[in-house]
Amino acid sequence: MNWITNFVRPKIKGLFTARSDTPDNLWRKCANCGEMVFHRDLAQAQNVCTHCDYHMKVLPKERFDALFDGAVYDLLAAPQAPADPLRFRDEKKYVDRLKDARTKTGQTDAVVSARGLIGGVPSVVAVQNFAFMGGSLGMAAGEAIIAAAEEALASHAPLIVFAAAGGARMQEGILSLMQMPRTTVAVQMLREARLPYIVVLTDPTTGGVTASYAMLGDVHIAEPGALIGFAGPRVIEQTIRERLPDGFQRAEYLRDHGMVDLVVHRHAMKETLARILRMLMEGSAHGADASMVDDAALLPVPPATAITIGRAPQP
Amino acid sequence: MNAYLDFEKPVAELDGKIEELRRLSADDATVNVADEIQRLEAKSAQALRDIYARLTPWQKTQVARHPARPHFFDYVKTLVDEFTPLAGDRGYGDDNAIVGGLGRMRGRPVVVMGHEKGHDTKSRLKHNFGMAMPEGYRKAVRLMGLAEQFGLPVVSLVDTAGAFPGVGAEERGQAEAIARSTEKCLSLSVPMVSVIIGEGGSGGAVAIATANTVLMLEHSVYSVISPEACSSILWRSPDKAQDAANAMKVTAQDLLGLKVIDGIIPEPLGGAHRDPMKMIHETGTAIDIALKMLSGRDGNTLKRERREKFLSIGRTLAA
Ligand SMILES: [Zn+2]
Repeated sequence: MNWITNFVRPKIKGLFTARSDTPDNLWRKCANCGEMVFHRDLAQAQNVCTHCDYHMKVLPKERFDALFDGAVYDLLAAPQAPADPLRFRDEKKYVDRLKDARTKTGQTDAVVSARGLIGGVPSVVAVQNFAFMGGSLGMAAGEAIIAAAEEALASHAPLIVFAAAGGARMQEGILSLMQMPRTTVAVQMLREARLPYIVVLTDPTTGGVTASYAMLGDVHIAEPGALIGFAGPRVIEQTIRERLPDGFQRAEYLRDHGMVDLVVHRHAMKETLARILRMLMEGSAHGADASMVDDAALLPVPPATAITIGRAPQP
Repeated sequence: MNAYLDFEKPVAELDGKIEELRRLSADDATVNVADEIQRLEAKSAQALRDIYARLTPWQKTQVARHPARPHFFDYVKTLVDEFTPLAGDRGYGDDNAIVGGLGRMRGRPVVVMGHEKGHDTKSRLKHNFGMAMPEGYRKAVRLMGLAEQFGLPVVSLVDTAGAFPGVGAEERGQAEAIARSTEKCLSLSVPMVSVIIGEGGSGGAVAIATANTVLMLEHSVYSVISPEACSSILWRSPDKAQDAANAMKVTAQDLLGLKVIDGIIPEPLGGAHRDPMKMIHETGTAIDIALKMLSGRDGNTLKRERREKFLSIGRTLAA
């Protein structure tokens, strides 16, 4: 846990230069209720509408600031990943799309990770930024999830993933698909080390992300109203040619159908995570002893002994 | 004999002529057409060879989806003795798109499972065109658990356009079911061999294809999304599927080059549907070899090697 004491105020300004709330955009219209919200109020409320409680999207920096004690954390270095191995182009070259996304977000790819304390518990947090090509899961994002898990393993800390993605990074073809098993290996490493792995499903989480690491948490938390599913609603509507029921694939629906443990308001997220992490980590600390059960003790009592215990042998 | 694909038109025309000559000679025994038929047959075979020597990714997609291509039960019928189907996910129901059970391959007891697409309207509906519900993946998890419990290898035959996108599937946790199935593959301490026999469609395929050895038939395809869907998303038009198939690198040859799969099983001339029995036997031999190569490894090694194999995918490609 040495790294906790070495924490410095993160030098992250440069990484998050691109911001949506420019001075010409002091008011933001809520997509849910249509009310205008002043940007400072919105920032104060962690991008939750002050009129209707609608949870708007947030950037990784905002997540980290809200989550880590004293807004102090270290960003993890983005792992190396091959860029555009398929030399993909549709109407536009993939490398150009990547360049645009990097300029827009100030990130190298969709997943950014950091470590710090959450309610005193040293934790690793990976956040998927929907603003980076829809948060899509390509090689770099997959490597970032794996690296975050490895960091959690190395520092014996829990991993929390804030998932948000439209799905796979199509421009990486099969290599994008392979991130499903690859990130699953990362989850398994955490399981075997008995380190908590908590998924926070945010709006929207669909496709291959949901069908891999985002549905393999020890605990699943969702933000209110978040769209969560395998197939997107449009695909389903096209397949079944029917209108979908209200609230379908929303966080509350998933909770009601057994896929999510808790729907947690963004303002209560840190406290909820901290509480869970503290209990699980306390358990994890003792878990090693509890798991070392002597196999012999599980064997049935030998019959002879059983008789002497049950009733005294008749002379 | 077969439903010809669009790009097989020259072959279809030659075969049509051959048929006609055969009919003529049957009606009138005095007409000797044997030489002409032989000449046309050679020409037809050559045309087929030429076409199949340079199939485009989109054409391969058509071959992989050919209705007469051998499907799961065709393989099982020929390759698996004492096949005993096992049903149900023990939670909700039984899925008919992912099917499986116990059986013997070349004498060796195995758990065999895979997608079945069906071969006529009735069976296609029954098997939901090979698009599984969550129960299918949960059954797969159960069958893999059974294999693990009794030390049997797992063989999976993959052939799906993808997991079914529907209200019930979402309601019952399609994403979770797929994720758990992939996780189960990665935790197995017994050998697992997967063969993409037709379409490897996205997460619905990878959920039962995360194996120690992954093989593909020569003209099968494996991709993150169908070329049609990729076309409508990235090109915002439904008719760029050809371009999408090219760009995404969906063929067995591409995937071997990217080191995503371990080997390719050659198909008979003109595709698996032109000689299903030959294809099935070739596949049986390939599976047998793969299982032999994995035998003798202990459970931890199998598990570790499988994980390392998937972790290494992509890492060796130029940055
Ligand atoms: Zn609002």
